[in-house]
Amino acid sequence: MKAAAFAYARATSVVNALELLAAHGDKAKVLSGGQSLMPAMNLRLISPELIVDIGELAELRGIVVGGNVLTIGALTRHVDLQKSPEITTHAPLLADAIAHVAHPAIRNRGTLGGSLAHADPASELPACMVALGATILVCGPGGERRIAAQQFFTGIYETALSPQELLVAVKFPVAQKGSVHFFHEFARRHGDYAIVGLAAQAILENDRFADLRLGFFAVGDRPLLAEVANKLIDVDVTPALLAEASAALSNELDPHEDQQASPAMRRHLARVLLTRCVSLLLSRPELGAGATA
Amino acid sequence: MTALVPLSLDVNDERVDAYVLPRLNLADFLREHLKLTGTHVGCEHGVCGACTVRINGEIVRSCLMLAVQTQNASVETIEGLSDGGEIADLQAAFRARNALQCGFCTPGMLMAAQDLLKQSSVPGREQIREHLSGNYCRCTGYQAIVDAVEATAQARVGRVP
Repeated sequence: MKAAAFAYARATSVVNALELLAAHGDKAKVLSGGQSLMPAMNLRLISPELIVDIGELAELRGIVVGGNVLTIGALTRHVDLQKSPEITTHAPLLADAIAHVAHPAIRNRGTLGGSLAHADPASELPACMVALGATILVCGPGGERRIAAQQFFTGIYETALSPQELLVAVKFPVAQKGSVHFFHEFARRHGDYAIVGLAAQAILENDRFADLRLGFFAVGDRPLLAEVANKLIDVDVTPALLAEASAALSNELDPHEDQQASPAMRRHLARVLLTRCVSLLLSRPELGAGATA
Repeated sequence: MTALVPLSLDVNDERVDAYVLPRLNLADFLREHLKLTGTHVGCEHGVCGACTVRINGEIVRSCLMLAVQTQNASVETIEGLSDGGEIADLQAAFRARNALQCGFCTPGMLMAAQDLLKQSSVPGREQIREHLSGNYCRCTGYQAIVDAVEATAQARVGRVP
């Protein structure tokens, strides 16, 4: 199908974009790369009255490392993240994840900010932000707000953004010494939305997890930072402990049913990912034995 | 404000000036306004890849771009790549190996394959499959397409396939 009729405004600055959003509120939608918004409009899932195109706001583009913090502008495209040496060095989790985000032609247009603001619970980047402990920077009529990624995603396609606000950047700590990561997803076709996925960031000390952040996606209405990670921190992980954590994980998940998978199948796949992740990060293959999808 | 918007861009190295409605997507602009019907419209939500074109040298889905977003851009369609001879060898390899049957996906396949061949001189079969993962073909089963892309890559670096 084709999008319903709408008016179009090309924003000339962040201030100009905020003025347009202030004037039109929830009747307006922000267009960045359009790789989530355009399908939704073509399918007539949404029919905004006004499109505010921020695609030419160069000030929202770019990757900057300052001190121990990585700042990524909202308009930075997936392909920019994929080709960035800063991302490879300082956020290898994100570098791994990006290869799973859609297909080359879509990564050439899709933006980080657009993906986060769209907040599809099956998409990779929101889960990465949660795993990386990112802060989302938002500009609105009242100035700038900083929102922790965990508080930013509030439901299916829902975020803490108000209709008058614009997502401008994300910040998160660079990978430190001892950092390891894991990214994997199950999908029918490479590049499709995940049936279940896991983005994990951890710190190893003496073969134990000093920190472990498990960002599951497609297991509920928003990316989930799994609490079972706490059971595995600062302890020697035994098969029994991992089995206990895996069982507890099931209770944290609230997966939906669709034509791709039942909730039981999604719970099973999430447990498989947890087991593989822990055994791989600890370099203990025996822990992952038997974890078959 | 739903009025026509002025638009200027290059399409296959020719300057185009037009007035378009904001809702018009690039694929429909190319097909309906410029009669460049080599760009195919399949799913209209970015899944099938049949509408793939190049903008400023990079492949994109023309169904997921508004025509008004291409202001001052350089758009290349399959007509441009084909008429200019850029992909003559790739097209010949598709023919030779039966890498097309109905041909609906072929313009998008050629666009995506040429994009890969420009970035990576001799990609492996897995890399070819990954780069074409966003392009559906319902006839060939993909094997012959991967063969054709692989053969073209080898021929371009002077190896006999």
